[in-house]
Amino acid sequence: MSFNFASMVKFAVYFRQGVIYTILLSACTVALGFILALGLALMRIAKPGRSTSSKVLVKILHFVSGFYIEVIRGTPMLVQLFIIYYIAYGPGGLSAPDFTLFGFINGKQFVPGIVALSLNSGAYVAEIVRAGIQGIDYGQTEACRSLGMTKFQNMRYIVLPQAIKNILPAIANEFVTIIKESSICSVIGMQELMFNAKLVQGASFRPSEPLLIAAALYLCMTVPTSKIIAYFERRMRRGDQR
Amino acid sequence: MATSGNLIQVKDLVKTFGTRIHAIDHVSLDIAKGDVVVIVGPSGSGKSTFLRSLNLLEEPSSGEVIFEGVNIAGKGVNIDIHRQKMGMVFQHFNLFPHLTILQNMTLAPMKVKKVPQREAEEKAMALLARVGLQDRAYAYPIQLSGGQKQRVAIVRALCMEPEVMLFDEPTSALDPEMVGEVLEVMKSLAREGMTMVVVTHEMGFAREVGTRVIFMDSGKIVEENAPEEFFTHPKSERLKDFLAKVL
Repeated sequence: MSFNFASMVKFAVYFRQGVIYTILLSACTVALGFILALGLALMRIAKPGRSTSSKVLVKILHFVSGFYIEVIRGTPMLVQLFIIYYIAYGPGGLSAPDFTLFGFINGKQFVPGIVALSLNSGAYVAEIVRAGIQGIDYGQTEACRSLGMTKFQNMRYIVLPQAIKNILPAIANEFVTIIKESSICSVIGMQELMFNAKLVQGASFRPSEPLLIAAALYLCMTVPTSKIIAYFERRMRRGDQR
Repeated sequence: MATSGNLIQVKDLVKTFGTRIHAIDHVSLDIAKGDVVVIVGPSGSGKSTFLRSLNLLEEPSSGEVIFEGVNIAGKGVNIDIHRQKMGMVFQHFNLFPHLTILQNMTLAPMKVKKVPQREAEEKAMALLARVGLQDRAYAYPIQLSGGQKQRVAIVRALCMEPEVMLFDEPTSALDPEMVGEVLEVMKSLAREGMTMVVVTHEMGFAREVGTRVIFMDSGKIVEENAPEEFFTHPKSERLKDFLAKVL
């Protein structure tokens, strides 16, 4: 087995585009997934008020969020991706916007890919967010409410800022996970890093080097991501320090 | 001291946990403006639950809590509006750890009452100066001692200009040498005529500052009297028993 990485230099543009595609895809997924997760988590922990209608509403919210999370966590990512791409965005379904970013990112694949990954990620992150919210001492909420602040203000100004700080490491992990899992999107023709690595394999007739380069590039994305979040986490901790 | 009518009227309040446990067992109580009502009693007697029912942190199972003429325990009442006028101080301070002392104090006035930031900060600084903590305005709660935290918690509630202050064992989580500084702040509040309801084990405070002292046991008000009478001539056996243990 002999390697010839010099022969890969002329394919550098494919790797560069693949990395950009993967990062953009993962960033959008984590952002959208987090918003979805926040909604699901709030639905799961909703407490009924004093009226009968709110009790019914809360039951529905609990059921919908619980059901969604079970379905997503109980089915393979690949199946979900195919369902979104071939059925939801398939013939007679939703139509993905047809735009081109940077000359190599096509909305026709990009949007269904993000939707599928976000729907999946949201279900996992929802449990993280829920644990984060429930990890905040209830006394904080009582103090806040005793000052006349509403449930919403309590979430917005007291609980979520602390909860998000506490779950940042877990969210960073999720971002790293998505960077890696997004490689699955190559099967629907999204030109992210893995897809382009296979493209280079075919064009160069060299099977090994593109894969090794792709692996190295994935590492280059995941390791700094963890480090960056760790840095922000330390900065946000200043309130906890003596 | 009681100038005008009743600020709070509690009517036949019941709080049950599950089906059997009566945390509060048909309690009625009138609290007039300027009253300093001190509630004492053994652990588990329902005194904290009763206090927390006054601003509905505990939702009563039945009965009425009439505050400024409105039954705030009734259905369809927007409790947030009424809570603005009922300050509360907790055993464990419950300061917001991610905010500075100043932010802890200005958050509710700014977000709830829409007070401009400068005005809210001026008021907060004045209150901090009053409890001798103006130099800690930009510190975070974790940088403060227990006594300092509780003093901040008191002035945080005062920032909302409440009509009544509820104290839930405010000195129970403090080191002994810090109890005094918190009690001093509470005493000065009482002297200014603030209506206060205080659940505490500090019998000295009850005797010195209270206008009325209430003894609760098993979810009921067993005895109520002026402080001097309460401590020197307890009538019920249970209160005699209790005082013998704590005094």
